[in-house]
Amino acid sequence: MSAPAPSPNLPIQFEGVEVRAGQAVLLAGISLTLRSGAPSVLIGPNGSGKTTLLRAAMGLIAPSAGYIRWGDQSEPPAQGRAIVFQRPVMLRRSCAENLRYALQAAGIAGPERDRRTNELLRLVGLGALASRPARRLSGGELQRLALARALARRPGVLFLDEPTASLDPAATKAIEDLVRAVAADGVKVVMATHDLGEARRLAGEILLLHRGELVETGPADAFFATPQTAAAQRFLAGELLI
Amino acid sequence: MHHATALQLLFTGDPTLLAIVRLSLAVSLSATVIASLIGAPLGAFIALTRFPGREPVLIVLNALMGLPPVTVGLAVFLLLSRSGPLGAWGLLFTPTAMVIAQTMLVMPIIAALTRQTVEDLWLEYRDELTAMNVGPMRRVLTLLRDARFALVTAFLAGFGRAAAEVGAIIIVGGNIEGYTRTMTTAIALETSKGDLPLALGLGAVLLLLVITVSALAWSVRRIGERLAG
Repeated sequence: MSAPAPSPNLPIQFEGVEVRAGQAVLLAGISLTLRSGAPSVLIGPNGSGKTTLLRAAMGLIAPSAGYIRWGDQSEPPAQGRAIVFQRPVMLRRSCAENLRYALQAAGIAGPERDRRTNELLRLVGLGALASRPARRLSGGELQRLALARALARRPGVLFLDEPTASLDPAATKAIEDLVRAVAADGVKVVMATHDLGEARRLAGEILLLHRGELVETGPADAFFATPQTAAAQRFLAGELLI
Repeated sequence: MHHATALQLLFTGDPTLLAIVRLSLAVSLSATVIASLIGAPLGAFIALTRFPGREPVLIVLNALMGLPPVTVGLAVFLLLSRSGPLGAWGLLFTPTAMVIAQTMLVMPIIAALTRQTVEDLWLEYRDELTAMNVGPMRRVLTLLRDARFALVTAFLAGFGRAAAEVGAIIIVGGNIEGYTRTMTTAIALETSKGDLPLALGLGAVLLLLVITVSALAWSVRRIGERLAG
């Protein structure tokens, strides 16, 4: 895979961001900065706001209060970001066609499109399944195809929403290896997980969310060695944060 | 056509009967194709856009699925009659007039069914297409393409409506022998003349044709789904 173009999206800066859905507060006063570098991993229990934060950073939902900036822009740039949703939806087409579609949407022309499609399929180990209907893949294969589709956009920032949830160890390892390779290539990975083991294996930076609030952030090593807040200590001790 | 049933005539290749069957198919298929070309994009557009008064539009669109054929026939008759606004085109009592009337009958059916199908698929695809920055025009094309096998059902419902109706085409076509006589208008005529065996035979042929088209469309859908997932 060739190196992505320098991202005009970074740093992504949240300032007092609040997201509401009706009466419910999904994110409450989030301020943070996502910089280039090792993966930032969002952890926290279900419903803590991980998905909402990823979607807001992707530019899919607008804050009810506060603001988000991408680089020096207050509107999300059209290119340079990609997201893999927790339950990716593939078009009713073959694996290769799904990738071609994404490449076309990213403005990649015909011959280049075919070359990149094959390159991406090989990258995620789906070369042999190019003509298989994408919606008939196994869970692990589907996640890898979704990753390939996201990479088709040559993102500078890649958001991953629990990409290994409900995958077995072998499939999880395949995804994590890909994430590592992508991050080593200079792509900023921002990933949500509630698997602490995965967070340890991949994170450069940890962001702990609880009830829509950012409870603790910091370098992963420090976070796991000496968590500062009571919530973080309890979460790492395996207690249920409710 | 008095001493034989329509089925016998059909199997012996009676030219008069074959012409009636051919015209029926040509008119109803043309009308359904034209109605699809207008109705499918229209349905998709309504599925994907939110505008003031959308709910009443949906109610009217659904109601138009049950448009009475004779009313449509009357409206097209008035449009095309010599003193009507389009009278100069000289289309009244021609197969073209029949296609126009049936297109008006079928279009709301295709549009309403497409709207439902596309809206369901859009709910599924929305996040991904938005994340891929797909523009409005391509969204519509993508949804219509990926819903195409489900839309075969809408096409079928439209064709069934067109092939079965008599009220509209008898008014604007005039049931002229050898020119605008179709199976349904012939059945109406033969029944009123008291030639029940012929009317029944024609009815059987009509049923057979509708079932054949339905079986073909069903197979297309099954095979397509197997190939595309």
